[in-house]
Amino acid sequence: MLYLILLSSGLLLGWSLGSNDAANIFGTAVGSRMISFRRAAWIASIFVVIGAVFQGRGASDTLTSLGEVDALGGAFTVALFAGFTVFIMTRSRLPVSTSQAVVGAIIGWTAFTGHETDYTVLTRIVSTWVSGPVLGLIFSAILYVLLRRILRRTQVHIIKQDTYIRIALIMAGAFGAYSLGANNIANVMGVFVPSAPDILLNFGLFSIDGVQILFLLGGLAIAVGIFTYSERVMQTIGKGILALTPEAALVVVLAQALVLFLFSSIRFSEMLVAIGLPPMPLVPVSSTQVVIGAVLGIGLIKGAREIKLKTLGGVALGWVITPVTAGIFTYFALFFVQNVFGLAVTSTPPEETVSVAEGIAELPAVETATRQFSMILPGLLITAMVAIILLVYLFFHQQKKRLQAENELLAHQNNYFNSQKAINELEINTIQMENTMLSNKLELKRQEYNNILMNISDQRQFLENLNNEIKSLVGEKDESKRDEKLKSLSSSIKQRMTFSREIDDFYGKIEQTHKDFIIKLTERFPELTEREKRLAILLRLNLASKEIATLMNISPKSVEIARYRLRKKLGVRERDNIKKFLEQI
Amino acid sequence: MKPFKHANKSIELIDNFLNTIDQGSLIFKEGVKNYLYGNRENFVDNLKTLSSLETDADIYRRKVENILYTQSLMPQLRGDIMRLLEEMDHIIDMAKKNLFQFDVEVPAIPPELNQDLVKLTELSCGAIESVVPAARAYFRNPEKVKEKIHRVYLYEKEADKLADSIKRRVFQELPIPRLSEKFHLRYFTLHIENLSDASEKVADVLSIMAIKRTT
Repeated sequence: MLYLILLSSGLLLGWSLGSNDAANIFGTAVGSRMISFRRAAWIASIFVVIGAVFQGRGASDTLTSLGEVDALGGAFTVALFAGFTVFIMTRSRLPVSTSQAVVGAIIGWTAFTGHETDYTVLTRIVSTWVSGPVLGLIFSAILYVLLRRILRRTQVHIIKQDTYIRIALIMAGAFGAYSLGANNIANVMGVFVPSAPDILLNFGLFSIDGVQILFLLGGLAIAVGIFTYSERVMQTIGKGILALTPEAALVVVLAQALVLFLFSSIRFSEMLVAIGLPPMPLVPVSSTQVVIGAVLGIGLIKGAREIKLKTLGGVALGWVITPVTAGIFTYFALFFVQNVFGLAVTSTPPEETVSVAEGIAELPAVETATRQFSMILPGLLITAMVAIILLVYLFFHQQKKRLQAENELLAHQNNYFNSQKAINELEINTIQMENTMLSNKLELKRQEYNNILMNISDQRQFLENLNNEIKSLVGEKDESKRDEKLKSLSSSIKQRMTFSREIDDFYGKIEQTHKDFIIKLTERFPELTEREKRLAILLRLNLASKEIATLMNISPKSVEIARYRLRKKLGVRERDNIKKFLEQI
Repeated sequence: MKPFKHANKSIELIDNFLNTIDQGSLIFKEGVKNYLYGNRENFVDNLKTLSSLETDADIYRRKVENILYTQSLMPQLRGDIMRLLEEMDHIIDMAKKNLFQFDVEVPAIPPELNQDLVKLTELSCGAIESVVPAARAYFRNPEKVKEKIHRVYLYEKEADKLADSIKRRVFQELPIPRLSEKFHLRYFTLHIENLSDASEKVADVLSIMAIKRTT
């Protein structure tokens, strides 16, 4: 437990590395939305862990040879204050490299504990701070020229080229992540290597020892950093500092991956020795500084327009400030850790160093023999379980997707049916309304026919009566009686001639058709009588005075007088036409 | 292969789009000639073909836009590419509108101007026909763009000169009695000349885009 607590500073350093440096690999691709963050995070995490576990030893051995931090308390302080320096300098917007901070912190430790600093190793490490970015510059320049030539020769369509570059960016990103894990795990876990547990896990096909377990933990911490915090950094870097063309971004990532790979590959170093060249120093280098070098390389090819001396100056300043700050911080912190908290910061103290907490100092040196565990069966079991869980997940995921698709289809169909139903209802309503209107019209017509029929039979009855009366008068001798009867006949004919019912019917229909006009007329001239309103309607119908006289059962002269009165009431002047006035209402 | 499905589709669409612009230019040229020499039936036929080509160009452009944006292809260049396609689409839109104006307004063109107007049309269409290969070069070989667009500038300059001379003749030399007819002729000269200006605009866009890709 105490081991894990003390390891936490290294894990924190790993988290910080993951959240910052993964952006150098996938920043452009994610920032320009060439691949999604999730996909980038998965690729980066997997390859960082693989690189850390299988190729992380080379660079960390160099750090150990610089100063073997042989007690957990010391390793904890070194990692914590290296991380603290990185944090402080990042906040102050100064260019910073985790590797430089760790080296500074280790020197701080050696100074405090009185161990000797291996200056040959130190020189080798410091030389890589310069040679890393320079190599990045050279690689990127060569790669950029090559890529441009290839693209020009092949004349691939720009859209196809984009797809090729997209795939290449993912592959280069994976390689970059592998190299980052291999090279920079030394920054995260290098100082804990001397205190690593002495165990060996055998997985059949491969086995991993205590140091690799340590690197696995560090790799996982980097992966957590990538997943939790690197998205924002990727977006910022992808749209800001690394807003490069996709081709340039590919070159930068590839150059960076190559440099980190070369500085961590034991085999490559051995190859160089085999052909009589000096070995490659296996040292953790700053990926950000290599990226700056790579960008400068492209700038040089493009005509040195993009080189910013300020950036270069900043990087050079970082070479001095970072290790010095980390060294000073660690030196003072070790003093506190040893004397205030009572933790041993080294297990092989020089004479003047007093070990306060012996129990803890003894922790890493408890056993000397390597403990071996066979992990073949548990490994197989875990793989089988993971496979089963994956299959079950995939099955349910597939089911869920199928159900979702079916539901969507059903919802679509439902919507379609609902809208069809609504349209049908509308059609039915329209037809029903039409039917009602038609039946109303039919009823009206029927009434009209009835009226006509009634009228005919009424007229017939009247004329028959008249005929009978006339017949009875034919043989009448009494003159006075005959005159009296003739007078009564004449008056009943005259009465009949008023056509009051027909006229009422006529007005009824007229009022029905000119309903709006009557309403407007009544609103504007409320003092008009019913007879005057009827006269107005007849005038609007453009009927002559004679016709109006017949319909109103008055003489034409009376029509003229009524018309004059109406004109007065409506306020129509002498020279204006009353008919036009009425038509405009 | 799946990653290349959308890429191949959009390449095909862009090629079809450029072919449509090229064909549109040829049809416009034929249309103007048919109008000037009184081949009414052929003119109406050209008008219909150009109208359908213009619709096709719109469809191709929208499809390309859709694929580029939904599939996140070329996030840094798609804005430029879409602008290029829009500007080129504008050319065929203008050509169609011009031919429609001939059909609707039926300008009375004196036979003395026929030859000049045919030449002006050929120069403007020459500009369009030169800008299409330049656009094709941008997609596959951006270094070649520069040597292709210089023809566009040449055609545009010649078209400008000829249009000026036509306008001068209309207002100063030819016996056209009505000012309205002179105006009418001036506008039709301008419409044809505008096609070469639109091609020049595309050439400008292309030259900047090519610089972006080659440096």
